[in-house]
Amino acid sequence: MNLLFASVLGKLGLDDLPHDPIAAGGAIMLVGGLLTIVAALTYFKKWRWLWTEWLTSLDHKKIGVMYIIIASVMLLRGVADALMLRTQQALSTGASEGILNADHFQQVFSAHGSIMIFFVGMGFMFGIINLILPQQLGSRDVAFPFLNSLSFWLFAVGAILMNVSLVIGEFSAAGWLAYPPLSGIKLSPGVGVDYWIWSLQIAGLGSLLSGINFFTTIIKMRAPGMTLFKMPMFAWSVLSSMALVMFAFPILTVTLALLALDRSLGMHFFTTDGGGNAMMYINLIWAWGHPEVYILILPAFGIFSEIVATFSRKRLFGYTSMVWAIIAIAFLSFTVWLHHFFTMGAGANVNAFFGIMTMVIAVPTGVKVFNWLFTMFRGRIRLDTPMLWFIGFVITFTIGGVAGVLMSVPPADFQMHNSLFLVAHFHTMIIGGVLFGYFAGLSYWFPKIFGYTLNERLGKYAFWNWIIGFTLAFVPLYILGLMGATRRLNHYDESLGWQQLFIVAGVGVLFVCLGIFFQLLQLVVSYFQRHKHMDTTGDPWNGRTLEWATASPTPVYNFAVIPTVNDRDAFWEAKEKSSEPRQPAAYEPIFLPKNTGFGLYIAVCAGLFGFGVIWQIIWLLPLSLVLLIACIIIRASDPEPEYELSPAAIAAIEATSNRRQYL
Amino acid sequence: MNHHSMTKAKLAAAEHAAAAKTQFGFWVYLMTDCVLFASLFAVYAVLQNNTARGPVSQGLFDLNFVLIETVLLLTSSFVCGMAVLAAASLNRRATVIFLAITCLLGATFLGMELYEFSHLIHEGNGWQTSAFLSAFFTLVGTHGLHILAGLIWGLSLIAQIVRGGLNHSAVKRLGLFSLFWHFLDVVWIFIFTVVYMIGSL
Repeated sequence: MNLLFASVLGKLGLDDLPHDPIAAGGAIMLVGGLLTIVAALTYFKKWRWLWTEWLTSLDHKKIGVMYIIIASVMLLRGVADALMLRTQQALSTGASEGILNADHFQQVFSAHGSIMIFFVGMGFMFGIINLILPQQLGSRDVAFPFLNSLSFWLFAVGAILMNVSLVIGEFSAAGWLAYPPLSGIKLSPGVGVDYWIWSLQIAGLGSLLSGINFFTTIIKMRAPGMTLFKMPMFAWSVLSSMALVMFAFPILTVTLALLALDRSLGMHFFTTDGGGNAMMYINLIWAWGHPEVYILILPAFGIFSEIVATFSRKRLFGYTSMVWAIIAIAFLSFTVWLHHFFTMGAGANVNAFFGIMTMVIAVPTGVKVFNWLFTMFRGRIRLDTPMLWFIGFVITFTIGGVAGVLMSVPPADFQMHNSLFLVAHFHTMIIGGVLFGYFAGLSYWFPKIFGYTLNERLGKYAFWNWIIGFTLAFVPLYILGLMGATRRLNHYDESLGWQQLFIVAGVGVLFVCLGIFFQLLQLVVSYFQRHKHMDTTGDPWNGRTLEWATASPTPVYNFAVIPTVNDRDAFWEAKEKSSEPRQPAAYEPIFLPKNTGFGLYIAVCAGLFGFGVIWQIIWLLPLSLVLLIACIIIRASDPEPEYELSPAAIAAIEATSNRRQYL
Repeated sequence: MNHHSMTKAKLAAAEHAAAAKTQFGFWVYLMTDCVLFASLFAVYAVLQNNTARGPVSQGLFDLNFVLIETVLLLTSSFVCGMAVLAAASLNRRATVIFLAITCLLGATFLGMELYEFSHLIHEGNGWQTSAFLSAFFTLVGTHGLHILAGLIWGLSLIAQIVRGGLNHSAVKRLGLFSLFWHFLDVVWIFIFTVVYMIGSL
């Protein structure tokens, strides 16, 4: 009987459902939420709509919206984790053990980090790129629409796999980068690390394909006349970021695969026996991990460059220097990975090299900060929500950056290594830089996608709660880190006197939660007020770049007539030059990709394969692989099916369009 | 009539642009695959001498056997090039034959590689023996997996050409396939040099 179970279910059994109250609560919330959604879809008979309009769509704008939805849900989960961590550390001193046991605490901080980087950061990034990049380039689509859908579904399946660990089994307790030997099979015999490996491997594959896709889109699909140095800054930042994806993500793929081989097939890459080398893992993972930081932040830089120019109503100051700064950052990001482990013992000269390269990277970043400030200088500044996020970003990012330069000095780093000072530093960069950047981008481009602007007042409430919460949560961590508090403490001695500062940090998270509450409220309120805030021009902020030349929401083909570009800030120039909106020329038929579910099918097969490896369900492996290959072959034998929009149909859509035609 | 031919020319131009885009994207993909192999080579270089209590690379490999593998793979690449030429001159029969030979040579290569693997494992030199052998099996095996993917692709291409002829999409896919196949050749040259030849010194 047991043998039968083992051959059907692998290691999986009833014991793998959650036992302790907090984990069970999380699982019940997850399953309950899912059931509610399924019930609602069934009740309102929305399944077909969901399938044909969204899940199978190859429209980059819809794929972008789906990315944003998943990233937002994962943000809620990541923040719930943060709330637990902060509560634990605020309570757990002296006799109190806090709310989490040590093992669960480790799972929570591992999940928090993995979720926030892979599914929130990357999700918002690819979401926004999908929403806006093709319009900015004056293009109708991305280079490979089907690949785009496949990338999204790989990302989604990775996220789902990570959430499955909440209900079935456990999650990794080895930190967000799962350093061996702790993450090896000897010290982590459970399925947690396997969940971590396979959800990241699948999502990472999606990111790699997206990188190839957007890189090709930018190189090959710009509007006529848009030379590289006439591209909007956001497009430049995406180009550099995608180049980094292309060089960094294969390293992640290899690293995760090697760890999986160690765990599942008994290899000896990173084990302490058999000649393995754990430090090689740490080198490899950071050879991906450091560029990854820039992969996330560069598009945020691009977003801020667009916003600061628009809301200062000036051209971006120092465009050329900005481009070269981005390129320099992208290049240098591959020369600094060792600063994550100066304490490895590589020797003074190696540490000195990586320390100096780390300091050098502050130079192009400084160039960018000054360029943004000079763009604001003597501009007619409008303090709408996106601009508030920008100002919050410049201040926090500069502080965090200075803390980073401080740690780039190897002797100083020996003090800060693995301390809360470091935790505070990278949260300043990731929240104050990446997250603020994507929030700014979302509030800036929201009308372009949905056709109405967001409620300004609630947006401002959200911003202020976020910035106050962020400051309260992380300034104490800088201080605690200098006092000697290491990261990942689930308990500390009362005599250290750290509790007050941990409580302040906990209060900070509550403000962040309030900020998120206002963001959600803003979405709901704005939806009900949409008739009041309708974007009737396609250009609500008096924008400068081509995406504002389309109607809001952008029609499925983006541009009825592909614009010709003569200048940077192409749309601004067009508005300046022509006082009268132009009559459109005659339309030509447009070919668009047909919807398909194959991206979803392939990703689900990949997810089943991952699940099979995690639980050692042997029969599932060949089955899922064969299905996966079959899906690819079937899809490939029907080459890029397209449908045609006739000139009459385009004219009908354009007639109801709200845009003013300058181009 | 005039209008019709104009749209036709435009369609051809659009198709050409789409093909160029795919070609470029595929090159970009190959570069990422290059980074993947580079990482595996780096791992191999680091672990090459970490033989624990297992065998060292000197004397472990049968160089003559590997040379035959190499010749087979290089020949298959040459034949693949012939298939592309045959497709360019719209010779469907020759294209299919050359492609079939390519796949046959590739399959023989893969079979020999698997034989070498099973031989090593049989001798007690499996991937669990040492970090060196883990790195060896992973690097060479990853190349083998790529060959396997190429074989599946090649066979599906043959099926497509037999059924639908040398249409635009088949020729485009054949071009990409040949890029992929040549790329695997280049990677194999590095494996042959770094793993087998230098490893035997």
